[in-house]
Amino acid sequence: MARAALLLLVLALAALALLAAGPRAILLLLIGVGFGLVLEGLRFGFAGPWRLLVAERDARGFLAQLIAIGATAAVAIPLIAGAGGELQGAAAPVGIAMIAAAFVFGAAMQVVMGCGSGTLVNAGSGNLVGALALFGFIAGSFAGTLHLGAFAALGTLPVITLQGVAGTGGAVALTLAGLALAGGLALRAAQPGRRMPPARLWLAAGLIAALATLNLIVAGQPWGVVYGLGLWGAKIATGLGADLSGAAFWAQPANARRLAETILADVTSVTNIGLIAGAFIVMRWRAPTAQVAPLAPRGWLAVLAGGLVLGYSARLAMGCNVGAFFSGIASGSLHGWVWFAAAFAGSRLGVGLRGRLLVPARTAGAPA
Amino acid sequence: MSAALPPRLPARRTVGALALGLVLGLVLLDLARTGGLDPLALPPPVALGSGLAPSGAHCTQG
Repeated sequence: MARAALLLLVLALAALALLAAGPRAILLLLIGVGFGLVLEGLRFGFAGPWRLLVAERDARGFLAQLIAIGATAAVAIPLIAGAGGELQGAAAPVGIAMIAAAFVFGAAMQVVMGCGSGTLVNAGSGNLVGALALFGFIAGSFAGTLHLGAFAALGTLPVITLQGVAGTGGAVALTLAGLALAGGLALRAAQPGRRMPPARLWLAAGLIAALATLNLIVAGQPWGVVYGLGLWGAKIATGLGADLSGAAFWAQPANARRLAETILADVTSVTNIGLIAGAFIVMRWRAPTAQVAPLAPRGWLAVLAGGLVLGYSARLAMGCNVGAFFSGIASGSLHGWVWFAAAFAGSRLGVGLRGRLLVPARTAGAPA
Repeated sequence: MSAALPPRLPARRTVGALALGLVLGLVLLDLARTGGLDPLALPPPVALGSGLAPSGAHCTQG
């Protein structure tokens, strides 16, 4: 595809967003495209660096994540505090189901080698595992909305933010100190030569922080992924004739409104669409790369199931690596830190599961 | 006996176009069903400085 055609694609998407949902949708679409360009173009990810830290003692990508979160937090926490209610953070309660679901999410994201944003990027860049996982993710996050209330009833704490405990300045200091501690532990575990992020990842971390801050300023809420995918699942279900008026989640006013309006009115959906488009543009812009290695049928089934589990657990965990880990920590929510600990523990399990579940086609049926 | 060749998978450009196309198809089908937003009641372009509270609907909200 000619590069001019890729630019035309962005313009066409922007025109559609403007006509259907106004200028805010254009801005969010472009922010989403920016996320896709940076994540795919500069190879900034979440699931991969966690695997590299655990399996190969390589801390570079993980440290880049912490730098991006810290840079976002340093701006976002004071911004939210001074916005007079025009901006809100990504705060959620810590709960039993939330912790268990974050653990499961961490494991599942290693199986499909993609988190919330990673699955969108992988699908947009033509990775067949990512595309298949995205279908599962949409179905799973929608199913999660139907059971969220029951799982929340297992027990949750009130919403706790660092701002509530230590004030705005204290929250920034505590967040940066926590990130520095996590970074220090990662540096201690890493091999020499695999500690300092390369310039590419520094640039990516800065751009991701800038885009996340812009997302907050434009949307009024931090960057997220899962809500949009659950909404897409709900749209498909209602399109097929399902009646969600009796579902507690979809009966809530904000969610019922999202369901009744165009998808382009939902801020998370618009950045998700932009993200897929951005990753697609990078894939088509540069030289062709190889498709993933073929899997045995049960390997493909594991990818679909992994995507389903990823979406379902992300919904119950009150967010994925973006909404809970990145945006939760960057806006001072305690649940972001708890999500991080639980998902990282799950990720260690998932690294081992991946090789056992994603059986390559060429070894199917061969003796172990 | 020679082993069977692994199946040939669709190219990345095909899968990427299909993924983006399916999402856009969903958006267009949904738009045909719901219609666009009322042009006289559009959300402000930028939330900060709008004087309005965010309308909610984030991953962290149940």
